[in-house]
Amino acid sequence: MSTAGAPVQDTRSDKIVSACIYTALGLFCLAVLYPLVYVVSASVSNTKKVAAGEVWLWPVGFTLDAYKAVFDYKSIVSGFGNSVYYAVVGAVVATVLTLLAAYPLSRKGLPGKGLIMAAFVFTMMFSGGLIPTYLVVDKLGLLNTRWAIILPAALAVWNVIITRTYLMVTIPEELVEAGKVDGCSDFGFFWRIVLPLSKPIIAVNLLFYAVGQWNSFFNALIYLTNEHLFPLQVILRQILIQSKIDPSQMPDTSKLIQLKELQQQLKYSLIVIGMIPPLLVYPFVQKHFVKGAMIGSLKG
Amino acid sequence: MTVLNAARTATHRRDRTAKSSVGLGLRIRRNWQLYAMLAVPLVWLAVFAYWPMYGVIIAFKDYNVVSGIWGSPWVGLKHFERFVESYQFWRLIRNTVFLHVYELLATFPLPIVLALCLNTVRKKWFSRSAQLITYAPHFISTVVVVGLLVVLTNPNTGVANQLLGLFGLGPVDFMGDSGVFRHLYVWSGAWQTMGFSAIIYLAALTSVPPELHEAAIVDGASRIRRMWHIDLPAIVPVAVILLILNIGSILSVGFEKVLLMQNNLNLDVAEVIDTYVYKIGLASAVPQFSYATAIGLFRSVIGLVLLVVANTFARRFARSSLW
Repeated sequence: MSTAGAPVQDTRSDKIVSACIYTALGLFCLAVLYPLVYVVSASVSNTKKVAAGEVWLWPVGFTLDAYKAVFDYKSIVSGFGNSVYYAVVGAVVATVLTLLAAYPLSRKGLPGKGLIMAAFVFTMMFSGGLIPTYLVVDKLGLLNTRWAIILPAALAVWNVIITRTYLMVTIPEELVEAGKVDGCSDFGFFWRIVLPLSKPIIAVNLLFYAVGQWNSFFNALIYLTNEHLFPLQVILRQILIQSKIDPSQMPDTSKLIQLKELQQQLKYSLIVIGMIPPLLVYPFVQKHFVKGAMIGSLKG
Repeated sequence: MTVLNAARTATHRRDRTAKSSVGLGLRIRRNWQLYAMLAVPLVWLAVFAYWPMYGVIIAFKDYNVVSGIWGSPWVGLKHFERFVESYQFWRLIRNTVFLHVYELLATFPLPIVLALCLNTVRKKWFSRSAQLITYAPHFISTVVVVGLLVVLTNPNTGVANQLLGLFGLGPVDFMGDSGVFRHLYVWSGAWQTMGFSAIIYLAALTSVPPELHEAAIVDGASRIRRMWHIDLPAIVPVAVILLILNIGSILSVGFEKVLLMQNNLNLDVAEVIDTYVYKIGLASAVPQFSYATAIGLFRSVIGLVLLVVANTFARRFARSSLW
């Protein structure tokens, strides 16, 4: 990100400005990191020490009790599994749909392309809203099925735009012409040329949709009443924000008592469990993502 | 050189005439495989985006499940009148607009400043790690962020109150204090989105030719001057577009987060149009589909109008626009 390999010596005022910028950035990074580190520390500290305010940054009185209790709570385990399912299946379905939309729209001279693009973009500015969408999902018989979580979220127009721009940049028209001369059909060209060249943007889409599904809770809140289908976020909301602990989710009562004692601690460990999967994945795809987002945004 | 160019334009022209001489029907038939690919996403779009738009007409009807959307009786603007005249109306508008404008003022300039700063950092490792760290909160779910707020500001055990305690203050019940709700909402949002929003500006900054900076350095321009006269102008077009989009969504503040942060103690400032629609339409014992849809439509239409107005202004004054 450096602007110029400036051979000219920095002036004194520039050095001061530079020092200020480094300090400000450093402080901001600390402000971002502190809550995260604190929560991780608190989740593995002794309950009483946390309540007494002895934990500031590093764990005091290390213990994994809160994590053990979490894994005894049935709906957390099933919620975790459901979330993984929604993230994986949802991301694959959505990425396929996005590519199928983006590739034809990236081709020059496809009759009706402008109109179809406009139909996509218009939905970013205006939508039917909560109730009409709910009625559609109801009418399709999707309420209380896993499809209610996957299908309505199966395409984001923003991703179509970014993917389309990416394809316009990386698949030049000459390549399409060459493919045609060699007798390649559009399907064949898409399968053999476009897909292999689109790995970075496919990775970006998969990550984006997967994280989106992992983090979303509202669709589950309105479309699901069967708690066996609940994703982790809905369970987290119940325990973290509404402080609801359901006794029927614990196999034996001695553990329930332990859970009550650990309630505050449990929240720290739950936060850690909820945020770790996306944070683990994103550094690996970040490089691609930044590139993809940049290509997409440059043309807007 | 000129001959070559002339030849090139000639072939171009021939290409174009050749293309347009191919009939539209033939061109469509030749591309049938591309349309076949588009079919699936288009079906999705029709079902999950346009079908609900058709469903919006229940805002002008008294919808009941038995007669369905088409069979329910028309009632004109009844639901809209009811909403505008209700005692909730001004409170909802005020809360929604206030929250969003505050959010915009606080969080719109920050990513620009962050991007400008990151752009001047010459140490690669520093800039890399600063980006990696500041993007991270974007990937944390809203539920977890609100959960973080809840545990960190807990009146008994939260670290925020323990800090206040050191100064002999508090404890304050942040989540239950309607005076604090807006600040908590806006600044936790800044914490979460600032790094990620900076990406788009960083992208704009990479298009600045390094020669501009080199020339400016030779002319003796200070770093601040270069940021102001070279980097900032490169960002303005993108910033204007993002601003327009933001203004268009002025009535639809981050609905999920507001809903999660709401409780009985802060409801007087925390009830916004979208959460109200959810409560009237889906969460209440007697769901009022038509009324809730009318309120939602009211919000969408005003949002669309604002978007068009903002875009017109931007095109006229900043020469940058969405369309």
